[in-house]
Amino acid sequence: MNKITLTLKVWRQKNAKSHGRFEVYKLTDIDTAMSFLEMLDVVNENLTREGKEPVAFDHDCREGICGMCGAVVNGQAHGPLRATTLCQLHLRHFKNNQTIVIEPWRSKGFPVVKDLVVDRSAFDKIIASGGYVSVRTGSAPDAHAVLIKKDDAEKAMDAAACIGCGACVAACPNASAMLFVGAKVSHLVLLPQGQPESEARVLNMVKTMDAQGFGNCSNEYECEAACPKEISVKNIARLNHEFRKAQIAK
Amino acid sequence: MLDSKIPSGPLQDKWTKHQLKLRLVNPSNKRKYQVIVVGTGLAGSSAAASLAELGYQVKVFCLQDSPRRAHSIAAQGGINAAKNYPNDGDSVERLFHDTVKGGDFRAREANVYRLAEVSNCIIDQCVAQGVPFAREYSGYLENRSFGGAQVSRTFYARGQTGQQLLLGAYGALMKEVARGNITLYPRSEMLDLVLVEGEAKGILIRNLLTGKLESHAADAVVLATGGYSTVFYLSTNAKACNVTAIWRAYKKGAYFANPCFTQIHPTCIPLHGDYQSKLTLMSESLRNDARVWVPQKAGDKRPPSQISENERDYFLERKYPNFGNLVPRDIASRSTKEQCDQGRGVGESGLAVYLDFSEALQRLGRDIVQDRYGNLFDMYAKIMGADPYQEPMMIYPAPHYTMGGLWVDYNLMSNVPGLFVIGEANFSDHGANRLGASALMQGLADGYFILPYTLGDYLAGCKPVDKNLTQYPIFKEAEIKETQKIQRLLAVNGKQTVDDFYKRLGKMLWDKCGMLRTEKNLKEALDEIPAIREEFWRDVKVPGSGDDLNQSLEKAGRVADYLEFAELIVKDALHRRESCGGHFRGEFQTPEGEAKRDDENFCYVAAWEFKGVGSEPFLHKEPLAFEEVKLAQRNYK
Ligand SMILES: Cc1cc2nc3c(=O)[nH]c(=O)nc-3n(C[C@H](O)[C@H](O)[C@H](O)COP(=O)(O)OP(=O)(O)OC[C@H]3O[C@@H](n4cnc5c(N)ncnc54)[C@H](O)[C@@H]3O)c2cc1C
Ligand code: FES
Repeated sequence: MNKITLTLKVWRQKNAKSHGRFEVYKLTDIDTAMSFLEMLDVVNENLTREGKEPVAFDHDCREGICGMCGAVVNGQAHGPLRATTLCQLHLRHFKNNQTIVIEPWRSKGFPVVKDLVVDRSAFDKIIASGGYVSVRTGSAPDAHAVLIKKDDAEKAMDAAACIGCGACVAACPNASAMLFVGAKVSHLVLLPQGQPESEARVLNMVKTMDAQGFGNCSNEYECEAACPKEISVKNIARLNHEFRKAQIAK
Repeated sequence: MLDSKIPSGPLQDKWTKHQLKLRLVNPSNKRKYQVIVVGTGLAGSSAAASLAELGYQVKVFCLQDSPRRAHSIAAQGGINAAKNYPNDGDSVERLFHDTVKGGDFRAREANVYRLAEVSNCIIDQCVAQGVPFAREYSGYLENRSFGGAQVSRTFYARGQTGQQLLLGAYGALMKEVARGNITLYPRSEMLDLVLVEGEAKGILIRNLLTGKLESHAADAVVLATGGYSTVFYLSTNAKACNVTAIWRAYKKGAYFANPCFTQIHPTCIPLHGDYQSKLTLMSESLRNDARVWVPQKAGDKRPPSQISENERDYFLERKYPNFGNLVPRDIASRSTKEQCDQGRGVGESGLAVYLDFSEALQRLGRDIVQDRYGNLFDMYAKIMGADPYQEPMMIYPAPHYTMGGLWVDYNLMSNVPGLFVIGEANFSDHGANRLGASALMQGLADGYFILPYTLGDYLAGCKPVDKNLTQYPIFKEAEIKETQKIQRLLAVNGKQTVDDFYKRLGKMLWDKCGMLRTEKNLKEALDEIPAIREEFWRDVKVPGSGDDLNQSLEKAGRVADYLEFAELIVKDALHRRESCGGHFRGEFQTPEGEAKRDDENFCYVAAWEFKGVGSEPFLHKEPLAFEEVKLAQRNYK
């Protein structure tokens, strides 16, 4: 069992209106097999015993799929490991005596709720504006009525793998949500289902995205680098393409 | 008396005939009815979307910040349906048969048959939504096998089937949000069910951001709040999974059925330290291509590569040549435990067995294995810091799913009129053991294709509730009671954290009411639980206040419920003097160590009625009749 000592600088902020500040917590001799969130659990247990308020942070599945967790760790969304959510990051990727700075997602589109918890409801609004196929329950044809090329299905799946965590926005200098939107538009446009709605979909989703205060893409590719599901920036190109096509058709 | 309302007539016609008998609500009247759906997993999202499409006004509640994050998102392996696309002999009958047998004859035939019947529509619906299921080069859908079946009937989207199905249902839900038929209340926790004249007409929730208690009235309440495996503290379930919603409904009169039917999943990443917060599932689908083994010699600590073929025991293949590594979960878990108990377990703790892909890697090549299981291999590598392409995975069983839940009739309505329960939260279809890839099927069957009909029948018989119902004293009383409870939790200000109690309870329950249950252990547990509960209310420390986001307080409330609920699980396990499925009583086994049912005395659903905390609950029995599938000792040899 490997043990290390870490210094954590954690962002503490009581609520959206108050000013935040960093607080420093020291952890000695902790097991490197521990996950990052388990480390925060330890911090919180200590704080509770000292009669202080624990650090609020979102998490649920702890296996990298629900998209609930996330924080900026030493300047990187979800921390230093590629293709990894914060909950799947383990302490074996840190060095003994390292200082780790932990902050919430910072973006106009995601106001801070408390400590590391942010409000990502803007993503739900974007999906509500068109991120689906409008098929009513019961009206579907047989699953084999429409064939789909394996390659298309795979590409659609690559895009559909998005977990909606918001790391793309947090990593982007413009706080753009183009990767998130591009992933959903790509997932659906690559499949034959829902084609009749595809133009309205892309126009409405982009409109909502803009209205929610997300910035524009200036090809920094930080989103792809931070994405725990390695969603490709090609989806942004596809989004732009579909958007222009839809505008012309309008 | 418990009336399961199972329609008469031949099994094959029950659902069709029943649908015809169900009353309808006139299209223009539907919007006058308000329905509450608690939970946005597969069951809740599909139900809410379908009800809203029909024209009802729907309010939807969930704990997470977005409905898309419900625990269903984590389901990996797949979803069953009786499509018989591979032409390997599947049919509605066979899926029905496998599920009844897999559940060790403790589920209702009529429910299971209906489930198998609607399974095919689910696949159609999901494909139409754009769920990117795995496909063959021909463009047709691909299938894989799961435990307890000899046909390939499982549809999947890589190792993220639950995610893709849930995103489909979430899309359907958000479509109705956009159309104004659904109002969404994320970060809300249901804390009480409100009855008006004995019928479910509302709920009390706590807004998790502001701490405010809010009353919501409706013409019917649907609970889709998932399972309670987290009662064991460590499980494969997401951290927010809880029993609170259904437990509080139980305390308002809804019966709790078969609480001791809990499923321990055989293939999970083993435990590594006392700080561990959850266990990670390695999907059952892996057993399609992996072989489970231990060293033949007890205490053999050599690395796996140094143990030659003839020194290994592929114990599942040896014991169950017909099903091999694909025996049902309860059997695989117990066999694993047995090997470890005999000292043949591997890894540091000796509480693990190997799940080995070397044969598959040779047969299929790395690319195909990666294609099928890549994300699971990555997850394993991240957690264990070891490469499963190079050395076998280590696995051990862990709590995973709960077959028990609130009792419902054939219409998915509990004994409390107007209270419907769907998905993992109810008890209905899996008996004493659930087969892999059947929970997703059940959640979506309930939500898309059953509840929208049966709920209509109930609503057709009631007038829409008074718009000012939440001003009635009954709602105010609930608010006051809950406020006091929250104040009490905050006021204890003791020395131990919520997790201190939670871990203690979980470990004790796992040891005494986990994979192996005996009268002695269960009785000890019954002594210990009230003691821990009493200590909790005397010495717990819940920091912060009740007026904002307070995750410790949320957890404290849920753990307080578990400290009551655990007693019911143990009582149920103690009363059921037989072994069946996941409920294994050491005293009742066959000479080969298999579960030994007692059909003469226990062929029933145990539905418990609340009589006060610490008081004896009352047992109602719903007898189970097996007309189609013959009651028999399960045989997977
Ligand atoms: C790791 C893992 C893998 C799995 N893989 C498979 C698989 O491959 N195939 C398969 O068939 N099954 C699988 N299962 C089982 C399956 O995922 C679940 O049984 C199923 O998804 C449960 O769905 P549900 O809709 O009933 O509940 P859930 O998805 O658990 O949703 C519960 C909902 O209720 C809400 N809620 C809970 N309590 C409250 C409250 N008090 N107030 C307000 N809201 C509340 C939650 O916020 C959530 O929205 C897996 C399970 C796990 C843990
Ligand atoms: S907690 Fe679910 S993705 Fe991290």
